[in-house]
Amino acid sequence: MRHARLRVIQSYIAFVLSTLTALFGIFWLIFIIGDVFIHGIGALNIDLFIKDPVPAGVEGGGLRNAFVGHLLITLFATLIGVPVGILGGTFLAEYARGKMIARLISILSDIMVSVPAIVVGTFVYSIIVKPSGHFSGWAGAIALAIIMIPVVLRTTEDMLSLVPWTVREAAFALGAPYYKVIIQVVYRGAATGILTGILLAIARVTGEAAPLLFTAFNNSFFSVNMNEPIASLTVSIFQYAMGPYDNWHAQAWAASLMITLFILFITILGRLVIKWRYKR
Amino acid sequence: MNLLRKNSIDLIFLLITGIASISIILITAGILFILFRESSLSIEKFGFLRFLTLVDWDPVKESFGAAAALYGTFVTTVLALSLAIPVAIGIAIFITEIAPNLLKGSVGVAIELLAAIPSIIYGMWGLFTLAPIMAEYIEPILQKTIGKLPLVGILFEGTPLGIDLLTASTILGIMIIPFTASISRDAFNLTPAVVKESAYALGATKWEVVKDIVLPYSKLGVFGGVAISLGRALGETMAVAFVLGNNNQITASLFNAAATVTVKLANEFTEADKDIYLSSLYYLALLLFIMSFIVLAIAKLLILKAERRYSR
Repeated sequence: MRHARLRVIQSYIAFVLSTLTALFGIFWLIFIIGDVFIHGIGALNIDLFIKDPVPAGVEGGGLRNAFVGHLLITLFATLIGVPVGILGGTFLAEYARGKMIARLISILSDIMVSVPAIVVGTFVYSIIVKPSGHFSGWAGAIALAIIMIPVVLRTTEDMLSLVPWTVREAAFALGAPYYKVIIQVVYRGAATGILTGILLAIARVTGEAAPLLFTAFNNSFFSVNMNEPIASLTVSIFQYAMGPYDNWHAQAWAASLMITLFILFITILGRLVIKWRYKR
Repeated sequence: MNLLRKNSIDLIFLLITGIASISIILITAGILFILFRESSLSIEKFGFLRFLTLVDWDPVKESFGAAAALYGTFVTTVLALSLAIPVAIGIAIFITEIAPNLLKGSVGVAIELLAAIPSIIYGMWGLFTLAPIMAEYIEPILQKTIGKLPLVGILFEGTPLGIDLLTASTILGIMIIPFTASISRDAFNLTPAVVKESAYALGATKWEVVKDIVLPYSKLGVFGGVAISLGRALGETMAVAFVLGNNNQITASLFNAAATVTVKLANEFTEADKDIYLSSLYYLALLLFIMSFIVLAIAKLLILKAERRYSR
């Protein structure tokens, strides 16, 4: 009898510890996001969005160049990465379904999703920046696109696989060729899921700084020329945070807040869409 | 005629999608090839394996070696994992076995948001908030308590400045909690309810069910989750770059600045003015790529094996 009570107490202690670990995880989430909010809101002002950086050490100025540059790099990365990812995922889920090659590429993509982003930066430096002789927005966009492709590809593959095979058979029976079945039936069935995948891929690359360090580099002037070095929020945050000036730190916090808000918004939106579409 | 046209469009679509999916293979092979080509100069000069043992990193004397960077990567990764694994498994147990349904979802979301925060934000927070806290409170306390013990005391020597291995490992540990947690949770959920119910029927307590049924059942998946975290920790750059100080040294004390492979790349890549300097950095990138690729491949295979074994 005493033994039984001991076991119950043991069980109780184990679960208190486990609850504490959950609180521990949530504690860091609140601490980090709260900290970004407190520092960031104090540093937010309209100049941040409409003014370009001023010379180091001078008060004032903003990060308009970095906002615009970041938007451009992410936009072009999406335009390159998303189509390749969706088409590649289509091949795996449709034409190569169940084949060896599909499994191989699928596993390889899962690995590439987590491969260090900075390695992608060095790769793009060697194939684009060095031959062309200068850093450029294009190089940055391609580096981010390389990171996006496996993410979008795997989501697309999973989402297309969720569309029941009978739906395709129904379309085949009406005489539709496979490409029409894919584009008009399968894509339509999986649209929400794929869209979510794209959103999450964008959220993922928006916060990346490492692959931009050696590709898009940085530019303290306003530029929309993708053939030149171009500023981005993340690289500016790194530069400003490591710099010695207080107003640099403030601007880095404000930029961090904007990035965090954007990413949390997209991530939560993506989750809501999935929940709404695939509710069990 | 119409049928032929239809078939040829189908063939074209097949080709386009096929090429798009093969891009993954091309990118992977391309990265490996390019990194290898760019680092050949350094491999020739310092030797394929000898480079790993050289501690020197001196651009003026053109003498480079990976030992200090690899050491930094190793220490931060090990410390981060030892912080993250127990917490992550605890969280997974909480979500699958303890939490009422209402909490299940929200704790899960909270942990996933922790994974969504970009590493640059972790870095900012680490530099301006965590590092001062470490320097003022936590590190002096550690120094006064376990720092006094023989043998382990050497880990806590020096002036605590907050920009050091311990702070970097702490941030890294927090960052990788979600990866192990979410994969362990999925693995726990694969345990068949019937087996758990049988154990309960025999009079097992909840903890005994977790310890003797759920954990053994899902260990492959949990190992997979740990391996993914390991792969992530090896390659994490920005969060560590803010708080490690990029100091090329092998140091026993966790209160010293150090360097990891990623931090070295982030700080020095654009400054490398000589071919051999850049080539040595590329060699570091190659080592990093190979290490994380192998670790992530093992992780993927473990998870696949776990799913195949239990999901039937």
